[in-house]
Amino acid sequence: MRMPSWIQVERRSSISPWTIFAISISAIVLALLLAGLLFRLFGVSPIRAYGDIIRGALGSKLGITETIRRMIPLLVIGVGLTVAFRALFWNIGAEGQLLVGTVAATGVALFSGIPEILMIPAMFIAGFAAGALWGMGPAYLKVKLGINDVITTLLLNYVAIALVEWLVYGPWKGPTQRGFAYTDRFSAAASLPVIAGTRIHWPTLAIGVFAAILLFVLVKRTRVGFEIRVVGENPDAAKYSGISQTKITLLAMMISGGLAGVAGVGEVAGIHHMLLSPEQISLGYGYTAIIVAWLARRNPLAAILTSFLFGVIMRGGDVIKVSLGLPFELVDVFNGVILFMLIGSELFIRYRVRIGARREVA
Amino acid sequence: MEKRGGMTAESGVPLAVRLKGIVKRFPGVVANDGVNLDVRRGEIHCLLGENGAGKTTLMRILYGLYQPDEGEILLHGKPVRLGSPKAALAHRIGMVHQHFHLVPTLSVEENIVLGLSEGTGPFLRFKRTRAKIRKLADEYGLQVDPSTKVWQLTVGQEQRVEILKALYRDADILIMDEPTSVLTPQEVDALFGTLRTLVSDGLTVIFITHKLDEVMEASHRVTVLRKGKAVATVNTAETSKEELARLMVGREVVFRVEKPPAELGDRVLRVENLHANNDRGLPALRGMSFDVYSGEILGIAGVSGNGQHELSEVLTGLRRATGGSAVLQRQDLTNCSAREIADLGVAHVPTERIRVGTVPTMSIRENLILKSYRTPDFCKWSILDEKAAYENACQAMKEYEISAPHDGTAAKNLSGGNIQRLVLARELCGCPGLVVAAHPTYGLDVGATEQVRRVLLDQRARGAGILLISEDLDEILQLSDRVLVIYEGEVMGIVDAKDAELETLGLMMAGTRQQEVSV
Repeated sequence: MRMPSWIQVERRSSISPWTIFAISISAIVLALLLAGLLFRLFGVSPIRAYGDIIRGALGSKLGITETIRRMIPLLVIGVGLTVAFRALFWNIGAEGQLLVGTVAATGVALFSGIPEILMIPAMFIAGFAAGALWGMGPAYLKVKLGINDVITTLLLNYVAIALVEWLVYGPWKGPTQRGFAYTDRFSAAASLPVIAGTRIHWPTLAIGVFAAILLFVLVKRTRVGFEIRVVGENPDAAKYSGISQTKITLLAMMISGGLAGVAGVGEVAGIHHMLLSPEQISLGYGYTAIIVAWLARRNPLAAILTSFLFGVIMRGGDVIKVSLGLPFELVDVFNGVILFMLIGSELFIRYRVRIGARREVA
Repeated sequence: MEKRGGMTAESGVPLAVRLKGIVKRFPGVVANDGVNLDVRRGEIHCLLGENGAGKTTLMRILYGLYQPDEGEILLHGKPVRLGSPKAALAHRIGMVHQHFHLVPTLSVEENIVLGLSEGTGPFLRFKRTRAKIRKLADEYGLQVDPSTKVWQLTVGQEQRVEILKALYRDADILIMDEPTSVLTPQEVDALFGTLRTLVSDGLTVIFITHKLDEVMEASHRVTVLRKGKAVATVNTAETSKEELARLMVGREVVFRVEKPPAELGDRVLRVENLHANNDRGLPALRGMSFDVYSGEILGIAGVSGNGQHELSEVLTGLRRATGGSAVLQRQDLTNCSAREIADLGVAHVPTERIRVGTVPTMSIRENLILKSYRTPDFCKWSILDEKAAYENACQAMKEYEISAPHDGTAAKNLSGGNIQRLVLARELCGCPGLVVAAHPTYGLDVGATEQVRRVLLDQRARGAGILLISEDLDEILQLSDRVLVIYEGEVMGIVDAKDAELETLGLMMAGTRQQEVSV
């Protein structure tokens, strides 16, 4: 890269967590400013829009609980993605893994005839297993045949979408739903408890927080976490020290895909109580969670914070749709701008950029 | 002695390139130490030397990729400054790198015109360029279809594209960096044919290699580089492979190492009829057999690329053997996994100590337990014992004199010498029975080199069997008890280091068997 002589770029030898934090915040602020221009184009004052978002997401009890409701799938998926990204596996397929999780949970809820008391655990286990398998396929293809993980995981999303659509329009279409493309409603035993008066299905939230703590400890302190880090940081050294990249990649994707599946279980068992068309189940949670994990800098604990932030943004999207008549898709644009800024900010994490005259090197 | 017009004093043949007193320093190494080089117009001039002798550095200076710290470059008798490859190209110098710089998804002609701004407007004029490419290809035997995408080409064809790229830019001095290392024998023949046609048309070719046969076959004159210095320039017709081998490996002794006589113990490793392929699936080891005993250092000498790397990988489980066996004491380790072999007590100091031997972003503490992290010493109930890892790091840093601010310093912030100390500390901590050390002092400064050698001798005194792979013949002769010479994956012979003669070793390194030498 050619730079003018008054800009000095040098590789950082180390970086403090605070600097990373400051750089991340700057990236978000910059994204907010850019997105502000977008509001302008819609003829809305950015200050008013941001005011509405903050008030709508955090200014009332309803706002906060709805923010948390949005946060739950982002947290559960995002935490899993931090592990996949640590192992250098680019899982872009959490959306599909979430959807197959919903399918598995629905199958158990409607057709298994499992005793009521075991119903919820069985749904979570089935959802985890389905998501894990959906994710481990691309992992296997990558380590055995060298097939690009971004492409396989991404394309499997569309397969999952088609699967759900086929089920709700076809074989699983509920006789009691008067022609709508829904399955029958889940029984009470197959529905998650919520915090009274809200849509917060707390068991899924608890799983998310618990997974964040557990995976933090796993990555930092355990034998398997050590192996995941070595594989992710230097696959050649992993081979040299006898760590199986196959095993570690499959494990990381089992965790990542499985948790995405669990998020899907939460959505159908906690919010919708039925399987319905994919765009009604997920507003791109699987994609937004990529930004959640990235902004958390692959730290599972930090994903609690970042998923909350994106919960605010998603809830904000709901609010300005109504209050300012803006399309909800603005949220996607907004997310895109944030991701763009975050990836750009990597430069400043890896390099120190100085502006000023060239120092003479002795 | 400079005469007008860049003529050599002796011959009166015009010089294409004259390098005078080129010095290039990198942190901790002098890559070129006052190199003089004269290349005549219209000749194929070989630059011969071991890895790390400074050949590529010198040519990168000529191609404008590096700036020399001292010295002067003259082209056709005139001093020039080559600040970038663009400047070098403007002076009609082209370079074909060892690793090609082509865009796989673009066609041959697109790759060739890439970066050129010909004609006007945004459109490429393929009709004209294609005609020019065809003409060059026909003239010099570089057959390749201009419209083919590069990813569909063989390695040999890719190289032709690289040569065409240089010729298309009107290069009249062509630098080839180890051009044959990726080619099949047939492709090598074709390449040499092309080079001969080029020089007969008045171009000049500088050819970097460490293969003696190629020098003898292709070049008019040879300059031998050793440890950053040009030690001789000779006419190919007046020299022999043996003389070149001797010039290449030298005979100066830099370090004196105190070495007690070997106390041979039991056999540690028996290798029998070992076969293996290289990364391109071609045979690299062709039936090697040898033993290593406890308490000795067996040096593996040979010109690089003759199977040393593959041998170290097969013995440490990083590459599959296609035949034969390697037995450690009574334990067959042929095609066991890297982990199983490490657990059997085989230490491995890898050639690429940074890229393979460490995780650069992780701490010294973590790098030190890269292999032992799952043993009960460092891991209880699947949880890593941070305290044990810390104590281990403190002890290793003291014992091996790894200088770093603290145990949490990332390995990437260490100097080359400290990284090698870290690797040694980790590999030798379990008192391994066999140590496979590949180029253990390559690129290290004097202090670190001495320490590494001392450590290896300590291991020998302790009773480990050591397999020392090195391209530094001085090092091999000083440290080893016996020297095995490898050539094209075969054992040319094993000689006692005490009465090894450079003459004999040079012959064996050039492919003569020991029996034939002594007869």
